[in-house]
Order: sequence, then C-alpha cells, then structure tokens
Amino acid sequence: MLERIKGILIMIKKKYWLDKKENITKIYIGLWTLGILLILGDFVIHRHEDYKTAEMFGFYGAYGFVGCVILVLVAKVLRKIVMRNEDYYDT
Amino acid sequence: MTLNFPTAFILILGGLILPFFSGSLRKLCLIFIPVIAFVHLLILPTGLHGELQFIGYTLSSVRVDKLSQIFGYVFLIAAFLNAIYAWHSDDVLQQSATFVYAGSAIGAVFAGDLITLFIFWELTAISSVILIWARRTDRAYKSGMRYLITHILSGMLLLIGAIFYSKSQGSIEFTSMSLDQPGVILIFIAFGVKSAFPLLHNWLHDAYPESTEIGTVALSVFSTKLGIYALARGFAGTEILIFIGAVMATFPIFYAVIENDLRRVLTYSLNNQLGFMVVGIGIGTELAINGAVAHAFAHILYKSLLFMSMGAVLFRVGTVNGSDLGGLYKSMPWTAFFCIIGAASISAFPLFSGFVAKSLIMSAALYQDHVLVWLVLLFASAGVFHHAGIKIPFFAFFAHDSGFRCKEAPLNMLIAMSIAATICVGIGCFPNLFYMLLPYPVSYEPYTSSHVLSQLQLLVFSALAFAFLMRTGVYPPELKSVNLDSDWLYRVFLKNLTLKFQQHIFQLYDQACHKLKGGFWGLCKKIHRHHQPTGLLARNWPTSNMVLWVALMLASYLIIYFLQFAV
Repeated sequence: MLERIKGILIMIKKKYWLDKKENITKIYIGLWTLGILLILGDFVIHRHEDYKTAEMFGFYGAYGFVGCVILVLVAKVLRKIVMRNEDYYDT
Repeated sequence: MTLNFPTAFILILGGLILPFFSGSLRKLCLIFIPVIAFVHLLILPTGLHGELQFIGYTLSSVRVDKLSQIFGYVFLIAAFLNAIYAWHSDDVLQQSATFVYAGSAIGAVFAGDLITLFIFWELTAISSVILIWARRTDRAYKSGMRYLITHILSGMLLLIGAIFYSKSQGSIEFTSMSLDQPGVILIFIAFGVKSAFPLLHNWLHDAYPESTEIGTVALSVFSTKLGIYALARGFAGTEILIFIGAVMATFPIFYAVIENDLRRVLTYSLNNQLGFMVVGIGIGTELAINGAVAHAFAHILYKSLLFMSMGAVLFRVGTVNGSDLGGLYKSMPWTAFFCIIGAASISAFPLFSGFVAKSLIMSAALYQDHVLVWLVLLFASAGVFHHAGIKIPFFAFFAHDSGFRCKEAPLNMLIAMSIAATICVGIGCFPNLFYMLLPYPVSYEPYTSSHVLSQLQLLVFSALAFAFLMRTGVYPPELKSVNLDSDWLYRVFLKNLTLKFQQHIFQLYDQACHKLKGGFWGLCKKIHRHHQPTGLLARNWPTSNMVLWVALMLASYLIIYFLQFAV
C-alpha cells in the first residue's frame, strides 16, 4: 500500500508524454491517418486475391473494423449472460 | 552404447536429480539439461529406434521424422527458455516438474506406438499438475484437481481406444487413422481433450491462470501442442476438424474481450490459436499441415513470451487483473517492450512470426475453396489482435495509471523474454529458413505486396475499432468478476444434482431405517405380549408349556399321517 501511495506521489510529480490527453488524441488521429493511407494504398497496389470479393476496395479495412465492433457488442451481451461475482464458485 | 534412446529420458532424469543439487550447481543443471537434450535430438538419426516386444506387439519408443523433429526442437527451445525464466526462483519443485513435464511431452511426440504415447501422455498430466499446485493456494489446489481428473480421463480414453484399435488392426503403431471405428473415436476424443476442443476446453481456462508465474509459461507450451501434434499425426485431413477448428478460433475471443484476469485472456487467445492449427490439420493438404505445424512452432514462442511478460507483472505487482493494472510501462519498460513484440507476433504483423505461419493456413483454406472458413479465420485474426494484441499490453502497461511503481522484471526473466522475442522477429524476417524445418517442402512466399497491404489494413482497422470503442465509452470496462463457461456444468449444475441425489438417497435410507425399526419393535411387542409375566405362554409352569408343545407336535404328526392316505 505504502509503495502504491509513493507511486501516486511520483506520478503527480513526474509527467510522461503519454500522460497528456492531447497526446493521446494525437495518436488517435495518427492511427486514423495511417488507416486511410493504407486504404488508399488499394489504388497504388492492385491486390491479387484467391478470393475475388476480397479484391474489393477497402475490403480488409471494413472487415476488420466491422468485425471488431461486432465482436465487442456481442461480448457485451455475453457479459450480461455469463458474468458473476468474483467469488461465485467459492460460495 | 547406443545413443538411440528417447531424448525424453535426459529431461526426465535431469528433472528427478535436480532436487539433489543446490546452489550454483543446480543453476548450471537448469541450463545444461535442455542443451544436452537438444544436442541428443540433433544427433538422433531419422527412423524407428528403441524397439521392444510387449504382449505380442512391437513398440517403438523413438520415431524420428520431420514432423516429430520440429515439435521436439520447439519443445526443447521452450524448456530452455523456461529454465532461464525460472533461474531466480528457489522453488526446486517447479523447476524439477517443468523438466519432467517437458521430457514427457517430448517422449509422447517421439512415440512410435500408442502404448508409449499413452505412458508419456499420462506422465504429462501428472507432472504438469504439480506446476498448478505449486501456487500453493486453495484455489490452485481445487483447480489442479479438476485439471488432473480431465487429463487422466483423456489418458484413459486413449488407452481404451488403443486396445480396441489394436484388436481390430493387429498393430499398435501410432499412424494415420480414420474415424470409422469406436476405438479410433475414443482416441480422437482423447486428443480433443488435450487440444481443448470446444466443450472439452475448460480445463485450460480454469487451471492455467491459477498456476505460478513460472508454471503458466511451461503449461502454455506443452499439453495443448502435444494434442495438436497427435492430431496432425493421426487425423490429418479429417474433415470434421475444419468445423471444430473454426468454432475454436472464434468463440474464445468473445470471452477474451470480457475477461479481467489477463493471463486468462491469454488462455482464451491460446485456445483461439489452437483453432487455426486444428483447421490446418483438418484441411490436410501438405501446405495446410505445414501451416498447422509452423503455427504451432511460432505460437509456442510468442505465447510463452506473452505469458512471461504477464508472469513478470504478477511477480512484481502481485496481480494480473486488468481492473487493477495500468501505466506499468513507466516501471517495467523492457517487459512492456517484449510484451508488445509478443503481441505483434500473435497478431500476425508483417515481419513477425505469426504472419509467416498463419498465412500458410489461410492460403491453404482458400486453395481448397473453404471460403466460409477463411472468412471465419479472418474474423478470428482481427479478433485476436483486438483482444491479445491490444488488450493485453494496453490494460497492463498503458490505460489509466494505477499508481503501481515497482522494479523492472528480474534480469533472467528479461533475458528469457529477449531470446523469445528475437526468435519471433527472426522467424518473421527470415521465413525461408524457418520453412526448411517444416515436414513438407514449401514453395510459398508470404511477403507479396498485396498480402502485406491487406494484413496491415485488417490490423490497423481492428486497432481503430478498439480505439474508437474506447473513446466512445462503448468498450466494456475491466470488472472484477468470473465468467461462466462450460465448467459451470460440472462445478455447479452437476454438483447440485449430485447433492440433491445424495439428499434423496439419505431420505430413502432414513425412511427405510424408520420402517425397519418400527417392524422390529412391533415384533418385540408381540413376543412381549405372549411372554410377559401375565402373557398367555408365561402364565403356566414350564412343564405345562412343554405338555402343550408335545400335544401340538403329536397332533401335527397325526394330521400328516392322515394326509399321506388322503394323497
């Protein structure tokens, strides 16, 4: 506990680059820029795919994004069904 | 003296003598035992060795071919990394158990027949449970017990299956089998338990996260990949495996998203990665088998790396719950760095091992026109990056600052992690060298511009989905909780059923006792009525009583005498 309080004190004193909120936003915007550039890459490189539908513009980006959003939304529903208290099996 | 004995013996014997050494001698043994075993494996010539006769069957304890060799190599590399990772520890029990466990897994991989396989199969179960119990908590004890029962049962199924199989085939050789007889089906289920098939999987998520920081690393390597090896050897091209693998690759990732214990999250992603391998084995073409084996090899290393980094966090902070952690990159920058390399490898970023291994399976699926399976695997690939690639490093090392300030991981742990990380990057950068180890010749180029671009698009947009959901507050927060899985069936439902059944049995027993008691007392009362001092039979002198009985006897004699004539 004492260690943790000490840590919190150091935390207040010493600021890291990632501690600033605006820097997080910078990373977020940077990531979107990278994503958009990669999608635009479809114009530069013609992707040869064994599965022809995947040659569609932006297929992988859309699949990854939508897939992960669905994953999280379904997981949230799953949580409502399966989540129990930490000591569920002990009592 | 011939050197063609099982490599397993070196490790098992090493593990058993380890407790007799102490201090720096033991530490030396820790490093040298896997090295000696590795050298032994290198000089073992291909073919069958160590043959002996047993109840009319020929057993061959060592079968060296490309499939067993590659698993042997990676198991030994993992055992070596484990030894370095456990260098700081004084718990000889764990170090010793790890060697016996690694040795028995290698013994099973090189087993040429089902009996030898069974012996080493059970030995892995017994030695690995020690690693779970080494946590020395009540939870770990109970969890280990459930783990042991499951694995011993798997061994029993294997044995019964082998007996049936040998009766029908007249041979006990462990080779390719087809699922058309009961014995083989039992063997298939036994392999399925070890490979954590859906609904047979729960021992993995139940037991592994309960082990120590060292134990879980070792556990993550051997048992499940032994299952994968056994499937690759026995059931390559069995179509049902494609379906099983696809389910395996998807359903655990939903659990991984909502799980709080980060080592448990890793077990879910372990299960998901096993799914990819099982699909590869199910497809069964040379490319697909190569993919499954390559994926197993790469997976062992990056999964060890991820478990090592979480183990280091557990060792320093005392918890790996996502809800408690955050901001640890400030205290443990090197651990964070290695964790990210492991995360990049499991997520199959170009230049990392997962990319060159997983691609083989994905391409093999498309070459055989399994488009739906390919789409499922693509979703699972995005999902694994989402939960293992981002969630693990993010909640442990970044996210909100938890205020924990601890020391960096011990040097030996960092060395083990750095070696694992180097191999992960090495495989990713020099795939052709890696492909040379695979069982079949490979003519596959993972680094085409379209492949790299498509993979980067998939991954960056999965990361964007995570960032977007985090910033909009949709992403489920890390909460202290347990999530019910198929183990609920036996830990709650069957337990309650048994308790109810027991209650009924006790009730029936009580009722029966009550009735018997009532009957007995009734009888006593009747006897008492006639024999009490005023009773009918006690009122006269014994001589009068005797006269009565004699009269009765004579009368009955008379009746019988007359009856004789009547008949």
